[in-house]
Amino acid sequence: MKDVRETSPSPTPFSESAGSAKVKATPRLAGSGVWSALARVDPRYLIAFLITLVLIAAQLRYHMVGGYDRLAIALLACLATEALLSLFVRGKVTNLLSAYISGLSLTLLTKPQGAVLWPFVAGGFLAIASKYVLQYRNNHLWNPTNFAITVLLLAAPNRISVLSHQWGNDLVTNLVIWCFGLVIAARVRVLHITLAYVASFLVFNTLRSLVLGQAVLPELAPLTGPMYQLFVFFMITDPRTVVKDRRWQIGVAVIIAFVETAIRFASDQAWTLPTAFNAAPALVALFLVGPVAKFVDLRRRN
Amino acid sequence: MSPAFKRGLIALPFLLTIGMVRRSNDASGRSFADASRPAFQLRDETAAAGIRFVHRTATLDPRLSNVEPHIAALGAGVSVADYDGDGWPDLYFTNSRFGAANALYRNRGDGTFEDVASSAGVADLNQPGAGVSMGSVWGDFDNDGREDLLVYRYGYLALLKNLDGRRFKDVTEAAGLHRWINSNGAIWLDYDRDGLLDLYVTAYFREEVDLWHVKSTRIMHNSFEYATNGGKNLLFHNLGGGRFEDVTDRTGVGSTRWTLAAASADFNGDGWPDIYLANDYGPEELFLNDHGRRFVLTTAGLESESKSGMAVALGDVYNRGRLDVFVTNISARGYLFQNNNLRLNELAERNRFNNVADATVADAGWAWGAQFADLNNDGTDELFVANGFISGKRDKSYWYSMSKIAGAHHSLFEDARSWPTFGDASLSGYERSRVFLNRGAAGWWDVAANVGVRDELDGRAVAVADLSNRGAQDVIVANQGQPALLYRDYPDSSNHWIAFTLVATRSNRSAIGAEVVVEYNGKLQRRVVDGGMGFASQNDRRPHFGLGTAERVERVVIHWPSGGTQVIRDPPVDRFNTIVEPRR
Repeated sequence: MKDVRETSPSPTPFSESAGSAKVKATPRLAGSGVWSALARVDPRYLIAFLITLVLIAAQLRYHMVGGYDRLAIALLACLATEALLSLFVRGKVTNLLSAYISGLSLTLLTKPQGAVLWPFVAGGFLAIASKYVLQYRNNHLWNPTNFAITVLLLAAPNRISVLSHQWGNDLVTNLVIWCFGLVIAARVRVLHITLAYVASFLVFNTLRSLVLGQAVLPELAPLTGPMYQLFVFFMITDPRTVVKDRRWQIGVAVIIAFVETAIRFASDQAWTLPTAFNAAPALVALFLVGPVAKFVDLRRRN
Repeated sequence: MSPAFKRGLIALPFLLTIGMVRRSNDASGRSFADASRPAFQLRDETAAAGIRFVHRTATLDPRLSNVEPHIAALGAGVSVADYDGDGWPDLYFTNSRFGAANALYRNRGDGTFEDVASSAGVADLNQPGAGVSMGSVWGDFDNDGREDLLVYRYGYLALLKNLDGRRFKDVTEAAGLHRWINSNGAIWLDYDRDGLLDLYVTAYFREEVDLWHVKSTRIMHNSFEYATNGGKNLLFHNLGGGRFEDVTDRTGVGSTRWTLAAASADFNGDGWPDIYLANDYGPEELFLNDHGRRFVLTTAGLESESKSGMAVALGDVYNRGRLDVFVTNISARGYLFQNNNLRLNELAERNRFNNVADATVADAGWAWGAQFADLNNDGTDELFVANGFISGKRDKSYWYSMSKIAGAHHSLFEDARSWPTFGDASLSGYERSRVFLNRGAAGWWDVAANVGVRDELDGRAVAVADLSNRGAQDVIVANQGQPALLYRDYPDSSNHWIAFTLVATRSNRSAIGAEVVVEYNGKLQRRVVDGGMGFASQNDRRPHFGLGTAERVERVVIHWPSGGTQVIRDPPVDRFNTIVEPRR
């Protein structure tokens, strides 16, 4: 999920669009009514609004939250952690919108064993705290939600799974998320990342299935799942954790898709891997590639 | 403080949290390790009892070969009845391959069994053109005092009339039940209280699907969560004279939600038997009986959790005098936590069920059959859960493949040909059975290993019966493609018990649907005479109650299916009590 915190000064080109309220509509967009109206809205609020809509729609249509206590606890954990840590580090409570988004993301993506609630507490804390602990040159390296969920999955697969709800496997839900995602990605000018990843996924996994002699469509099917839609539209495009240069952004997206394909290849071969690799290869690929790319990018630019 | 120092301070709880998360992974699943004993043992005495039944899995149309292990992974059923009227419960196992015989194990009364299926005429039920057996359920549909047998199949139903306690006759055609229905479950109930057993049959694949001659491979579910394109469940009204009438549409119980199991009881206490369904790829359903005229689908809090219901077990979990519901589901660590449901019946107060499954009882693996039974006779029900779907190669899991298509658009996975080839993979295989000890407010404890249950077979049907009439709840497990198991129960001998043989007169002769409430020491326990529950199973029809140290039962209330209520005071304990329904 997008982390749009307003903490350290962002060197990314999206700092104005995603990182602060000082947003200006681009000339190309200013002419269109709805678009220009959207362009005047701080993207953080737009993102928060849309992810809230996704959650509400998913709950009303598919009862997918699994209990409002989960939502409340995830939100509370994220908001409280952000408030306390920002107060501790900067002497003031920062805008909590990104924590709100992380809380909703955790609720959407985390599915625990039984009725246990601690994964939402631990996940919320880890997501937000990772931004303060795992930094390089004042920039955090991992997308907070990606970090939290992947660590939970790696550390406690006996207790955690990811988005076991499929949201009905129907076209309407897919279209809704695609529409929301496209709007946001375009608005935040990261659509090229999404498209680069999707194209790479299609190419690499088609090749993989051909090499292995497997039917192609099942290998491409994950893209239509809601977890992937959240991943490609919200997580992989997090303005705070992507690299700076547009070409590099595309390159990193391709690398993430490649690493994911490699993980899938290993799974196809029944290699012994942690469950997280088999259950959520996309999340693991981003977890592995994203911080390295960000780290190299920050070093390169300094 | 410098920023680096602050970061270091934050890193401490950060790392600590990761460590705690990691530790929780290994701590999952409480086991019984405190000083007190479970107060019972379950001993595998299958061989000593002479039960040698091995289930054989179906082989299907070659066009389904890529997913055959998945589609053909059901059919190991077991049901209990005293078919020959000698006072000893007998066992009927279903088989699922063409030419493989079903088994009727007659209880010799000395702890051993003999398979008499062939001579009784109930062995040869798996034939091309007829289908293969998926399970069975016993009930005296013609009130002649002998238990008849209904076998449901992926194929035609088979109703076998008990002629003389030794031989059976196929009366399906005459009964009007010659219907092709790909069924995994059926229950007997007298929904209109006319004294004749009616039949509710659940359907899985659509009725036009012949799994040996598929016209199209688009036979699968249209959603992993809200599928509605399964076969249509059917309710047959018993007209008397050996005839049945399809009243599904008239009564409104024709769910098409890929039902895997059903159970019936009077959940809302209005005196009419209701129907509870566990549906694969969808939410559970409760059909409340409107005075025997029709059923009303009610939400009761069930619609908020869409899972993969496999079995419905009924029990009075916390001795409140109500029948609660346990529904098994899938948990596959790292991939999917659907979690089993333990739903307390709160229809009277809140018009809904309340799911109180904690992490222990919620995650039993890929759970199938389950039954409540007071295994230690302490006065509270334990829970036996059979687990494991497909045990192929240990190092090859289909879960990864499953995760690829589970999130796909339904048009892909509706076509069986689109599914990745299953081959020799496992899918939640080699999972051990669970035995949950009921500790009341302290939760449930998995004591399987402590009490002697260590099998890792692919369990399907579980039935409970007092096979030796000694006040113990023996557990019979039918395993898919594998040998059946008989676990003899050895409860703490210091605990008391009471059991009842109900002889109905105005109600259906089998007394199916009768609910018995015992009252002692200020406690209540309720049980229903089983017309089929769990998954592909049916328990001993004689309600059994553990009493703990209580040596006296003050009162027993029997709610007969006819609508009458009978009260018995001070019945003797530690024995079976035969209760005859008053004629007026």
